[in-house]
Amino acid sequence: MRARAAALTLCIFFLAASIALAQSRENSKPPAGVAPKYDPAVYEELQKAPEKARKRPNPLQNDPDAVAAGAILFEQHCAECHGDSAEGTRKAPSLRAGEVQTATPGALFWLLTNGVVRKKMPVWSKLPEPQRWQLVRYIKSLGGPSPAAESPAPKF
Amino acid sequence: MIPSRRPLLFGTLFLALLSAVSLKPVMAQENPYFVAYDHYLEEPGNLEIEYFSTFGTERGGNDFHSFWTEFEYGATGWWTAEFYLEGQTTFRDSTIFTGFRWENRFRPLKREHFINPVFYVEYENKNGADKIMKEGEGHDVESDFLVSNAEARRERIHEIELKLILSSTFKGWNFTENTLAAKNLSNSPWEFGYALGVSRPLALKASAKRCTVCPQNFVAGAEMYGGLGDRHSFGLHDTSHYLAPVLAWNIPSGWTLRISPGFGLNDNSHRFLLRWGVSREIGGFGSMVSRLFRGLK
Repeated sequence: MRARAAALTLCIFFLAASIALAQSRENSKPPAGVAPKYDPAVYEELQKAPEKARKRPNPLQNDPDAVAAGAILFEQHCAECHGDSAEGTRKAPSLRAGEVQTATPGALFWLLTNGVVRKKMPVWSKLPEPQRWQLVRYIKSLGGPSPAAESPAPKF
Repeated sequence: MIPSRRPLLFGTLFLALLSAVSLKPVMAQENPYFVAYDHYLEEPGNLEIEYFSTFGTERGGNDFHSFWTEFEYGATGWWTAEFYLEGQTTFRDSTIFTGFRWENRFRPLKREHFINPVFYVEYENKNGADKIMKEGEGHDVESDFLVSNAEARRERIHEIELKLILSSTFKGWNFTENTLAAKNLSNSPWEFGYALGVSRPLALKASAKRCTVCPQNFVAGAEMYGGLGDRHSFGLHDTSHYLAPVLAWNIPSGWTLRISPGFGLNDNSHRFLLRWGVSREIGGFGSMVSRLFRGLK
């Protein structure tokens, strides 16, 4: 009987916590158009890409579908931390910043592959190579530094 | 089933399901393995809730269905913690709760390498009726499961399990090799085991259109696992071994489905195991919790 009451209490607690968590998530989004500020040091990791990796060309540079495929991959795997339009959130920096946009495709690919595990950027080598290159195409397509001036990731 | 345990077990399953459907999911890119581990840890701050089942045949005894729920949390980029609750039904016998596990995986290297090591440390608090077969170890054999639940559950097992996971990804293929050493903290020798796995997505390039049933969302492969005896009698004699094709379907809505028919490779093994599982990854769980508690201050 005591175990039954405990289980029921636990159920109610989790239900309440689930709802409260979902609510707190909605309420804590930064205001639209306001990009969180980042220390430029967070982009330093890109500079650590070895010369050979930095010079690697994107084999999908001329693939007409790569940006669209990359946009879907971004939404599925990256938007949670970097924001729906890659404008950055409290968890991860903007990918529209000049440091990212001026980085070579090879450097971005290298960073995706290796992650920055000490700074919470996961290793993405579990995505096959072509998908990582598709993501690089999408990130590079974001262009300018101002998120407000850009349209969000295309929906297909 | 022991009456007092039933609400706890089904309450946990209910909670897992409730949490899974009520929080924001993210698409997971999960491997298809049930026993083997690769070197990819949970994304930091994400919680993955998983339910798994194993149906197993038993020569000379009753077939069984074991089940477990996992709560897997990415504590940091280099540390994933996991909590298991497990139980089993032995047909024509009973359904019982068999215990819990606390598992931790650590990634020691900062970058990707051709071979990527991960250290695994687990504490198990279970009874002798545990049948989830999450690993092959020591001299575990099919006949161990002939004991009735009432008798088997009297044995308490406190076990430490260590694994070295060595995993590589090359041209879309994942190859992983796990070596296991386990010690029952009562007076038992170290036991050893292994698991090998290979898998690959059915397509390496992503489609430019949104799709649920497209090849890139499926990962197929095989795993092999078994025991390697113990400190006093290391080797393959009196051990069981299994080979199992594995398939995972990573659905863009955040769910992952897995299935694996497994086949015993020697006379000590169960002839057939059918495993399946469903999981859901919840993005940003850690930051949601921290915000919640900040809000309560």
